[in-house]
Amino acid sequence: MTHSTIDLAVTAEDRHIATLAAAAVGLTLVEAAIPLPLPGVKPGLANIVTLIVLYRLGWRAAVWVSLLRIVAGALALGTFLSPTFVMSLAGGLASLAALGALVHLPKTLIGPVGLSLLAAFAHIGAQLGVVSVWLMPGVNLLPLLALFLGAAWLSGLVNGLVVANLLEIEK
Amino acid sequence: MSGLGRLRGLRPGDWLVLVGGAALVALLLGQVGAAGDRVAIKQGGRLFLETTARLDRSIAVPGPLGITQVEIRAGRVRVLADPGPQQICVRQGWLLPGQTALCLPNRVSVERGASVYDSLNY
Repeated sequence: MTHSTIDLAVTAEDRHIATLAAAAVGLTLVEAAIPLPLPGVKPGLANIVTLIVLYRLGWRAAVWVSLLRIVAGALALGTFLSPTFVMSLAGGLASLAALGALVHLPKTLIGPVGLSLLAAFAHIGAQLGVVSVWLMPGVNLLPLLALFLGAAWLSGLVNGLVVANLLEIEK
Repeated sequence: MSGLGRLRGLRPGDWLVLVGGAALVALLLGQVGAAGDRVAIKQGGRLFLETTARLDRSIAVPGPLGITQVEIRAGRVRVLADPGPQQICVRQGWLLPGQTALCLPNRVSVERGASVYDSLNY
């Protein structure tokens, strides 16, 4: 490598973030093409990227990647500024907030699986919050809560295990 | 490393969240199931009593002809006795979820709640 690498240090990080966000957008688009039994139940594959970024580059980078993914993904899917987008944004912000708090816990205490699960719970919690306050006020969401929380548990676990594996491989 | 090896690499907090989350889901699923245990007794078109089929009890519902006796036992509901002449609601026996027993002369209805598919929620 030439000395110019040093000059490009900041830009390289920007590029890195953009590349990762693009990967996350790619996963979002792939996910949108998978037929799923219920609207709203998604594996949330893009969160794998968010968690990897959190571990490798820190929380601020994870926020960047996640928000870029939400906006660019919504633009690509044509849901920008629609209720779907608002729910996506609410879920994303909630899981980022959860991750921001959890990342300070010692690594020996909680790993990617725990973080992934709690982020998934925060995500679906915020989304159902949006639904009950704004989209369908007065509707009893309790039966849905069990269903969505169960789905979040499963996808959070699988994504967490994927992240744990990827972090191990990257070492 | 195998997937099983990965599971062994989980931290204590991971297990805590994993088990806690599963417990929460199970708890909520139990709550959903409880919706089918609702029992509503009406008299003269007005709600007389709303209760759960999980609590064994015997309820006396007063009507214009006398007392209609409703029995809840082992998660089931039936009209045990009714002063009406035809005894239709008594012969109906234990109610299936979603069924209603109607003791028309005494103007009593017993409704067994059902956890039905609700399109509004979807």
